[in-house]
Amino acid sequence: MSESPASPLTTADGVPLKVSLRRAVRRSKIKAFLLVSPLLLFLVVAFVMPIFDMLWRSVDNPEVSAGLTRTVEALEGWDRQSLPDEHVFSALAEDLQEGQEARNLGLLSSRLNYEQSGMRSAITRTARGLRTMEPPYKEALIDAHARWGEVDTWKLIEREASPLTLSYYLMALDRRLTPDGEIVRAPENQRIHVNLFWRTFWMSAVITGLTLVLGYPIAFLLSNLPLRHSNLLMILVLLPFWTSLLVRTTTWIAILQSQGVLNDVMVAVGVIADEARWQMIHNKTGTIVAMTHILLPFMILPLYSVMKTIPPSYMRAARSLGGRPFLCFRRVYFPLTIPGIAAGGILVFILSIGYYITPALVGGQSGRFITNYIAYHMQTSLNWGLAAAIASILLFVVIIFYLVFNRLIGVDKVKLG
Amino acid sequence: MKQQGNHKRAVRRTLTLAVASASVVGLASVAQAQQTLNIVSWGGAYSMSQDRAYHQPWTEKTGDEIVNIDRSANALAGLRAQSQAGNVTWDLVDMLPADAMIACAEGLIEPLDHDELLADAPDGTPPSEDFVDGALGECFVASIVYSNIVAFNSEMFPEDKQPSTIEDVFDLENYPGQRALMRRPINNLEWALIADGVDRDDVYDMLETEEGIQRAFDKLDTIKDNVIWWEEGAQPPQLLADKEVAFASAYNGRIFDAMVSEDQPFEIIWDAQVFELDGWVVPTGKLDKVRDYLYFATDTQRLADQAQYISYGPARLSSSEYVSTHAETGIEMEPHMPTYGPNFETAIQKDDEFWADYSDELSQRFDAWLAQ
Repeated sequence: MSESPASPLTTADGVPLKVSLRRAVRRSKIKAFLLVSPLLLFLVVAFVMPIFDMLWRSVDNPEVSAGLTRTVEALEGWDRQSLPDEHVFSALAEDLQEGQEARNLGLLSSRLNYEQSGMRSAITRTARGLRTMEPPYKEALIDAHARWGEVDTWKLIEREASPLTLSYYLMALDRRLTPDGEIVRAPENQRIHVNLFWRTFWMSAVITGLTLVLGYPIAFLLSNLPLRHSNLLMILVLLPFWTSLLVRTTTWIAILQSQGVLNDVMVAVGVIADEARWQMIHNKTGTIVAMTHILLPFMILPLYSVMKTIPPSYMRAARSLGGRPFLCFRRVYFPLTIPGIAAGGILVFILSIGYYITPALVGGQSGRFITNYIAYHMQTSLNWGLAAAIASILLFVVIIFYLVFNRLIGVDKVKLG
Repeated sequence: MKQQGNHKRAVRRTLTLAVASASVVGLASVAQAQQTLNIVSWGGAYSMSQDRAYHQPWTEKTGDEIVNIDRSANALAGLRAQSQAGNVTWDLVDMLPADAMIACAEGLIEPLDHDELLADAPDGTPPSEDFVDGALGECFVASIVYSNIVAFNSEMFPEDKQPSTIEDVFDLENYPGQRALMRRPINNLEWALIADGVDRDDVYDMLETEEGIQRAFDKLDTIKDNVIWWEEGAQPPQLLADKEVAFASAYNGRIFDAMVSEDQPFEIIWDAQVFELDGWVVPTGKLDKVRDYLYFATDTQRLADQAQYISYGPARLSSSEYVSTHAETGIEMEPHMPTYGPNFETAIQKDDEFWADYSDELSQRFDAWLAQ
């Protein structure tokens, strides 16, 4: 009746079917991989590698061990109580001399200056005077700069000689290490980043909430109007979406500034006096208004795509069962739109955490985001390690938000447009 | 004027092309001399003055094309990034001396032998004696002396009650209105102390003490709610013109430019001006490429020429006798220069060494103060 179970199925040319199938699958897998490989390569080069570079930079600490090789070696076995011996000082003199000639003391002195102000001048002044100095170096160096006579300076050098450091993360969280290695909070007049993190998250949440409140009815209208009207409305939503971010931001400046359109109108109508013009920009209000406007489409589009799929008959059914409009909305319609709210919410929230140009232009002092400090440390203070640490913290926070979101709502429920 | 320039340039480009094609036949040496120089500077009225005084004459003379890049505000970061990436594309950079000191210590820019590289004065004085004090650093050649001042919009105050001293900037009662100040501790701390009655010779000594710093911040506290903080040199004239603010700290040349070119009703308070130098540095490895240009752009005549377009004083002593009138409006330049006698009486020189030491700490403290 049936063939013997021992003989495997084969294709026409005698290859076992299993092998042939595996081959075909492998071939199509390779093809698929080759098709996506340009994108993969691009992602690795343009996205993954920079992120790892950033994470690495936030803990990398090569300056002291590379710039003060001999000193660090000579410091081994130092008792950490009294000033080091002459051989440490002469090692330092040698290191500085070499650094001065090779012109690479800059990074070293910046690095130590981040930890302790005044180290920059201690190093550069000492290095400049070295040519005329003679042993014993201990006295000569302490003469050249009082810093070398402090035990804490040597503790700092010893500590920062390690190839990895946590101090950028501590700085980003307004904490620092004492000379003895304890973690303490920075003096109150130098705490800045933690507040900014909170402000960034808090204002992003406010902006997300506002876009939801404003966007929900618009999305509802869009999905329920006849196509002819809704298309027109859609263009009104999309047009600003396609306009340059910079143009929209600067337009808000023209509208909101104290000699701007809105204030002028209010003065002309007589709502406010000419001297009492409102300050609506270069502060938190400015950032919130401009960013809510800019991010609104990112809320409307996911909401619209979800609402579009809700059959109108559900609401009619609810009404016919005797529900009041609000109850029907709350019990039937609203729960069905939650995936849209979640998608829009996480999109707007994560986008606004990373916003940088708009707060810089209209935020004044009180409307700045932590991202503005990343830019500041990249471009002005040149403390790239600190910029990397702040950026890494921001990255961790976004990842955590994403995981929580995925746990609560599920990423597969998100639909965009 | 500009169109004519464009036209000329177009003609020149056509000529260059013709020469280039001719070079195939054997005129190689002519075309070879031409190159492109990437020059980084501050943009706005300042870059324009450089363009008129140095770049255009140089292009006319040699055929080199000069590309202006407005990145000086972040030049140190740019140099460091380019040098780490191993691809330095900038040929010459306009920088502040404090940044030049850091860049020099990091080996990002070339040490310069001034007497060998720069032109002598017309009477034969070597450059090392012809430049003003502090203008020649290990890796740095100053071209101008500029000043940080506070300017005001004269329409914002009654005619009989115009501000004139730095104290007035801190006096909200008699001189109400918003102020625009640079979002950095530099200059603001100095001015706060002077407005609080500190003698200008003692300012930096005071700022080295905790008490002095606190006093400066306390004084700034009194106007904090009325300050808009700016970051780009083009912002203060704009804010003043829009009447967003009554006072703005600014670079004096920008205010001058707005006053003469745009007819703005601005006035400069010269009291307690903080002056400093600004000039050229050469990124490491670029010295041979820009040697001739540097010689040309820092000679006595060129520095004097620049002062026809913007009110920054030339950094060469021998240039001052050639400084005359503004190129477009013909007004006398001298009274608008920071170094002009009456303007200079209460001037303070910015202490680069102080700021090199304390700028990290004070910037952080300043930011924290702003955020409170």
